[in-house]
Amino acid sequence: MSNPQQLRYSKEHEWLSTAEDGVATVGITEFAANALGDVVYAQLPEVGDTVTAGETCGELESTKSVSDLYSPVTGEVVEANQDVVDDPALVNTAPFEGGWLFKVRIAEEPADLLSAEEYAALTHSDN
Amino acid sequence: MSTAPRLTALDALHRSLGATMTDFAGWDMPLRYASERDEHNAVRTKAGLFDLSHMGEITLTGPEAVKALDYALVGNISTVGVGRARYTHICQEDGGIVDDLIVYRLGETEYMVVANASNAQVVLDALTERAAGFDTEVRDDRDAYALLAVQGPESPGILASLTDADLDGLKYYAGLPGTVAGVPALIARTGYTGEDGFELFVAPEHAVELWQALTKAGEGVGLVPAGLSCRDTLRLEAGMPLYGHELTTALTPFDAGLGRVVKFEKEGDFVGRAALEAAAERAATAPPRKLVGLIAEGRRVPRAGFPVVADGQVIGEVTSGAPSPTLGKPIAMAYVDAAHAAPGTSGVGVDIRGTHEPYEVVALPFYKRQK
Repeated sequence: MSNPQQLRYSKEHEWLSTAEDGVATVGITEFAANALGDVVYAQLPEVGDTVTAGETCGELESTKSVSDLYSPVTGEVVEANQDVVDDPALVNTAPFEGGWLFKVRIAEEPADLLSAEEYAALTHSDN
Repeated sequence: MSTAPRLTALDALHRSLGATMTDFAGWDMPLRYASERDEHNAVRTKAGLFDLSHMGEITLTGPEAVKALDYALVGNISTVGVGRARYTHICQEDGGIVDDLIVYRLGETEYMVVANASNAQVVLDALTERAAGFDTEVRDDRDAYALLAVQGPESPGILASLTDADLDGLKYYAGLPGTVAGVPALIARTGYTGEDGFELFVAPEHAVELWQALTKAGEGVGLVPAGLSCRDTLRLEAGMPLYGHELTTALTPFDAGLGRVVKFEKEGDFVGRAALEAAAERAATAPPRKLVGLIAEGRRVPRAGFPVVADGQVIGEVTSGAPSPTLGKPIAMAYVDAAHAAPGTSGVGVDIRGTHEPYEVVALPFYKRQK
């Protein structure tokens, strides 16, 4: 399992891309996707929603369980990934790419986001 | 009781295959190897290989073994021929279901009872106590067997390539001793997936060898290792009850819609008879909640314990729910009031974390294989 170097990570297993024009992309990590099992339903925040770092903003449902989706940063949602809503399995097959969840205009980000190395240490995964 | 999980004889093999393991009734069992949906679909269309070594085997031998079973269980075990198997229940005095079981008649005076892993000790204790007055020996064979299951349309072909046993002569719910890949096995045509398939009871020291032989034999026809997660969605689609969900000590077989397993006509008394006669009469006059199927119109998944609602009122409870790979929609089994139990009843929903999601009421099972 490899966590892309250029991303940052939350302890709740979200990843956050480097912001371009203040907008960053959010998804869940491969580690989290594997732990969930096949994702069958994704409820994502809607465009215009304000999300808050560390608070729930949606849910991901897998065969066996439902998990809250947390936002790694505070800001306004500018896009939700309709491809994932239509085909939630993308979260499993391409968690760092086509399986991204939403884009957020960052208002504030917490200081404790992790680097790829730190996240790998947290999950005891290879980096 | 030890808190360390028990490991099956195939444990190292599961880990080498990258299985996600889970605690199940005190056993560390494979939940899935890769995608549970792919495993599910493989069993429906090709074949899947399961490790079910956590199931609890109990053997009864001796001249009165069958009398003891007729007394201990609600089924009529006297009518089971050698080489055949029977689905039955063991009930409490008050009629509550202790477990659902399969009883195999292995010989003239030898029977093997297979209990659910979570109930194996309770069933062993109950059988030991109930058999005390009969000329029979109750033997704890939980450690004597590993259990592998090959399920799916390709399973007869896979097994036929490894055994001389007469599989064509082996009907559904039958079992016979034989040899598979050189390993002595009880070969049973049973399963819990809604597909044709076999369960192979073998000595634990032969489990790895047999698993590898089956894997090799199934290579060309799409056999994959399959975990407990897909086993649950397979049995749910097939409308098969799961102990602890559709069946509990709070329900009699009549409450569970399985009154047909209770055989009042058999000779002699059996544990629970009086309570079950009363339950049968209640069921005939005032139908209890009925077990139905629910199919989601949306995509949110109902889970065990979620309320079933109609007109803002709670009319039942979900006992099992999951996304159905075959139907492509979430499905559930639920006990609902008789007034809402007819297939096609409108206005039924499931309360999913506060939102009432619409569901269609259907007859079980959701899936039936084409023969």
